[in-house]
Amino acid sequence: MMSTSATALRRQDHAMSQTTDAAAYVRMADVGMTYASARGAFTALDGIDLDLRRGEFLSLLGPSGCGKSTLLKCVAGLERCTAGRIDILGRPMDGPPEGLGVVFQRDILLDWRTILDNVLLTAEFQRRDLKALRPRAQALLARFGLDGFENRHPWELSGGMRQRAAICRALLVDPDLLLMDEPFGALDAMTRDDLNVELARLWQDTRKTVLFITHSITEAVFLSDRVVMLSRNPGRIVEVIDIDLPRPRPLRIRETPEFGRYTARIRHRFAELGVLKEE
Amino acid sequence: MMSTLWQRSERARSVALVLIASIALWEAAVRLLEVRKFILPAPSAIVVDLWREPAYFVQQTAYTLGTTALGFALAVALGLALAVAIVHSRFLDRTLYTFLVVLNSIPKVALAPLFVIWLGTGIEPKVAIAVMIAIFSIVIDAVLGLRSVDPEALNLARVSRARPWAVLVKIRLPNALPYIFSGMKVAISFALVGAIVGEFVAGEVGLGSVILQAQSTFDTTRAFAAILLLGVMGTVLFFLVELAERWMLPWHVSQRAEATGHHV
Ligand SMILES: Nc1ncnc2c1ncn2[C@@H]1O[C@H](COP(=O)(O)OP(=O)(O)OP(=O)(O)O)[C@@H](O)[C@H]1O
Ligand SMILES: [Mg+2]
Repeated sequence: MMSTSATALRRQDHAMSQTTDAAAYVRMADVGMTYASARGAFTALDGIDLDLRRGEFLSLLGPSGCGKSTLLKCVAGLERCTAGRIDILGRPMDGPPEGLGVVFQRDILLDWRTILDNVLLTAEFQRRDLKALRPRAQALLARFGLDGFENRHPWELSGGMRQRAAICRALLVDPDLLLMDEPFGALDAMTRDDLNVELARLWQDTRKTVLFITHSITEAVFLSDRVVMLSRNPGRIVEVIDIDLPRPRPLRIRETPEFGRYTARIRHRFAELGVLKEE
Repeated sequence: MMSTLWQRSERARSVALVLIASIALWEAAVRLLEVRKFILPAPSAIVVDLWREPAYFVQQTAYTLGTTALGFALAVALGLALAVAIVHSRFLDRTLYTFLVVLNSIPKVALAPLFVIWLGTGIEPKVAIAVMIAIFSIVIDAVLGLRSVDPEALNLARVSRARPWAVLVKIRLPNALPYIFSGMKVAISFALVGAIVGEFVAGEVGLGSVILQAQSTFDTTRAFAAILLLGVMGTVLFFLVELAERWMLPWHVSQRAEATGHHV
């Protein structure tokens, strides 16, 4: 009873603010996703109410299988949610939105293209002026430590280098909305720290709207303005936490008590839910 | 430098050794057992036959080579077009693909006489038969290759709002190339088979009809001379396709080990 009226209230709230509040880049209202399979229906996401505000860095944090990638695919217009609605800049979702950049969970570099040509791929798809973009691509590669590898092929690069190339590909077309699905999931801790700093700096410079998926509590707190905690089975929002840490954030901010309070709070909350076991 | 050349030619050297040994054995057997010429000619007799009329053999070989090359080229072009159409249309997939599979299960040689009725006795029916026999492996492998694209790569194209044509040219086709080449390696031999079958059922030119004419006069030596030329032609054509593959797919896993010179 409580929850349904709360949802109804929230929905009303959305309806009202839709005309007045233009700050939301992506508005998810009561979004649900149910997969039909041979062994019956499976609800991956349920009642997701969330605004991704323009210019904010928002992280989705949750255990494996809680529907993070599913939600990202809905926002990317790759899948259609089976309940609720998603609006992009106040208009109902209708396929992949314009000005979108996606970094997928895997790097998806094409083996027959050089790194530079891989980075240019999305731009080619969008029929941009490649001649003008080539120097920019090279600058991006250099920024991510890949200068000198422009003419190599993906199989000649390490996993971390490949993932960095995939990030360059997403950034090249200067997207307004950047969706990142565990881009650093497969990397070692040191490379990961490096890329966290690079990404934070980049966001600082450009203020893109970012939806970032991660398993790592530390990474989420370090990068985000807000962290959305998700639970599993079905995937629901547990809590949305504002991270009020000053920017720019150096890596050592992770050793401060304020930072520790955030991570502890998140860890406790997940422990309460039975997702994390406390020693 | 010399030693690496020696090492690299190892395969060629062993092939040559086996070849020379078998030819010597053949020659010796024919001479010692006094096998009659129309049963099995000696290798030396075959060479002499070739030597006597080089212009004639060059002409016949050129004709069969032309038919094969034309049939192969048409089979590749047509086969790729069909594969693209099949992959992009559910309707064509259900109808055309099924039809092709059914047609493929008919012994296509049985259809050869019909082509003579339809297309006459010139080069056309021979090319048509070559195309008919060669096209299936192209279509089937190309369809497989165009389909076995990483779905995430297609997602990447979709979020970039790529046009279907761009997805075909930039993702599907390059991804299918290794499959297409393995289809082409089968197809090149099949095109040669088709050309010979065509020459068997119609016409007076080409190595196929050389064999037929030799048969009518019990000139076994001449038949063997034609077969030898066919063998050489088939091998050269196959390696040409393989060469093209190596040149076009330096990025593919199957080519990488060789490119760096390491055999695992
Ligand atoms: N196409 C599909 N058909 C059926 N079920 C699916 C499909 N895609 C995802 N699921 C299910 O939905 C749930 C959420 O999947 P999703 O990939 O969104 O998880 P995730 O949070 O991204 O996990 P991870 O952190 O491991 O990547 C999983 O239980 C999965 O089995
Ligand atoms: Mg995932």
